[in-house]
Amino acid sequence: MEKFNVYAVRLLPKGEAIAPGHRACQGCGEVLGVRLVGKALGRDTVVACATGCMEIISSPLPTTSWRVPWIHVAFENAAAVASGVEAGLKVLMRKGKIPKKKINVLAMGGDGGTSDIGLQALSGALERGHNLLYVCYDNEAYMNTGIQRSSSTPFGAATTTSPAGKLKPGQMTWKKNMPEIAVAHNIPYVATACPSYPFDLTEKVKKAAKVDGPAYIHILSVCPTGWRLPPDLTIRAGRLAVETGIFPLYEVEEGKYHLSIEVPKLRPVEDYFKIQGRFRHLTPDLIGKIQERVTKEYNKLLAKVRFSEEMP
Amino acid sequence: MPKRVGIEVSIAASEAVRLANVDAIAAYPITPQTHIVEHLSEFVANGELDAEFIPVESEHSAMSVCCGTSAAGARTFTCTSSQGLALMSEIIFITSAMQLPVVMILANRSLSGPLSIWNDHTDVMMVRDCGWIQVFGENGQEIFDLTLAAFKIAEDHRVLLPFMVNMDGFILSHVIEPVEIMDQETVDKFLPPYKPLYRLDPDNPVTMGAFAMPDLYTETKKAQDERLKDSLPVIEDVWKEFGDLTGRYYKPIETYKAEGAKTLFVTMGSFGETASTAVDAMREEGEKVGLCKIRLWRPFPYEAFWDAVKGAETLIVIDRATSYGGPGGPVASELRSALYTWDDTPKVVDFIAGLAGRDVAPRDYQEMYKRAQERIQSGDIAGYEIYGVRE
Repeated sequence: MEKFNVYAVRLLPKGEAIAPGHRACQGCGEVLGVRLVGKALGRDTVVACATGCMEIISSPLPTTSWRVPWIHVAFENAAAVASGVEAGLKVLMRKGKIPKKKINVLAMGGDGGTSDIGLQALSGALERGHNLLYVCYDNEAYMNTGIQRSSSTPFGAATTTSPAGKLKPGQMTWKKNMPEIAVAHNIPYVATACPSYPFDLTEKVKKAAKVDGPAYIHILSVCPTGWRLPPDLTIRAGRLAVETGIFPLYEVEEGKYHLSIEVPKLRPVEDYFKIQGRFRHLTPDLIGKIQERVTKEYNKLLAKVRFSEEMP
Repeated sequence: MPKRVGIEVSIAASEAVRLANVDAIAAYPITPQTHIVEHLSEFVANGELDAEFIPVESEHSAMSVCCGTSAAGARTFTCTSSQGLALMSEIIFITSAMQLPVVMILANRSLSGPLSIWNDHTDVMMVRDCGWIQVFGENGQEIFDLTLAAFKIAEDHRVLLPFMVNMDGFILSHVIEPVEIMDQETVDKFLPPYKPLYRLDPDNPVTMGAFAMPDLYTETKKAQDERLKDSLPVIEDVWKEFGDLTGRYYKPIETYKAEGAKTLFVTMGSFGETASTAVDAMREEGEKVGLCKIRLWRPFPYEAFWDAVKGAETLIVIDRATSYGGPGGPVASELRSALYTWDDTPKVVDFIAGLAGRDVAPRDYQEMYKRAQERIQSGDIAGYEIYGVRE
């Protein structure tokens, strides 16, 4: 992988699925992820997009940023719309009504559209086995409506509906483990990724596009606006999330776990917290509590990786 | 050759969908719609219909999948009832705005609560303003015919709108009736394959479902409204063509013994059959009554409605849904509003009847007729009366 990185940049297609000139915030990690996913999938792709940041920054009538066919219907149904697109293309090819060729069907939504309101539609699509890729761009809150907490907001983070007050220090629940929920559907491919590791991300997307059946990729999408972070620190924040073990990069192929980036010694979680305003209020006690949880979860993941290595 | 058979209306409806050679069906089971989806999945399982049957996890996803298949360019069908329609209602409104010609049979059923599986029109009235073409069928043959014609109308490039065929739950969906099932050759002559104007095609990328700021939203809504209104002549043309082919002609407003009638009952759906029996009996007794049946609910056929009722003194409207605290049932309120722009209009007496499967027999029409005379004499025709309440 390291050697691959040296020349991989030349291997990335020049074509873009999303055009420059969209309305995303400065330093938006999410639209960077969208761009990389688009590059990896190429132009023979249809996108079904949930309502959210990526929808409103790219499609104000009468303009569009999309260079591939793109459909937005509502907030909670991107996985269902993509199911329909996949089924529709399949039957039309089978009946000879459109030319036969491989077309990637991509569903995309934010963490709210995926782990909260869209969870049912996603579960249905994964269970039915549609040949599609679902990408969750997780910026850890409802950023489009103004930084409200979601089930994907991490413990301790201040949002506008989990504010750091005198009694409650921000979000008091642990982040929902969405990739594990996808794994529980026994689909062929699940991965986590982050635009701070662009080639790892594009390789995973290409792999996901190749599998026969549903694939799920969970992309940590740094949000300077919502995380109270200078926009020039987006890439660094993503790297720190990985290096602290808060957001480990891994793949689950046919049920087998594999760590994408091995971190010999995890950095303390403070390194990640101290550059973000949303964690500014955390006391050493709370940071200790979070550190304990992160270490425990990371070790759980390592155990799954070790177990997978021994699997036949 | 067409075949006249005794068949459950739900199965006849499924036959229409099979003959239409749909490409995709997405549905979630709900009583009383289930027989249709069951038969369609059997067709697919037996290879009698080459389609994708997507057994979704909710009605919300059913309509969402339909948006996806239709946008991909596939001829698409779904059906639901009551709570299912309520759950998918968010997407129903978007389907029409996106000009996706999905065809749906709505097996009409009351809305909870209290929970009831039985028939009335509270479900369809909830989505009255969803921008779909909405028709009501009176019997099994009509459901079969209207469903087949629905694809042709919805997919016409002058229309490109979703189409809802209303079929009274149980009263139609679960009864066996004589229905003439068309042969494939005739259907193919009538209904060409769907040619989408736009589809999700990587070689010709389009953006579907963009958002509008205040500077454009109104314009999109005006365009949508005009599109629905402009579908009226296409609907009439297609029904005419269907009639020429089968001998069965359909009109937006149908009348029965309306000539010279002083009083007209106004009904929708299967009530039309019972009402005509009642009209026959009352005519024999010398009462000048007739019947006006609203087949096309959206776009509302104002001219045809006015032509049908302009000579009458009284309209007795049977509403099958309540508009709690409103000026009348949804149908009567609309008709009063439609009549308001004309002079010398008939009086409108509104009864809400037949909620959640409560039977409305011919004698009930006679009773409502009597009640209407009493209400007119006492000058009390404003609002509505919920008929047949057990005190």
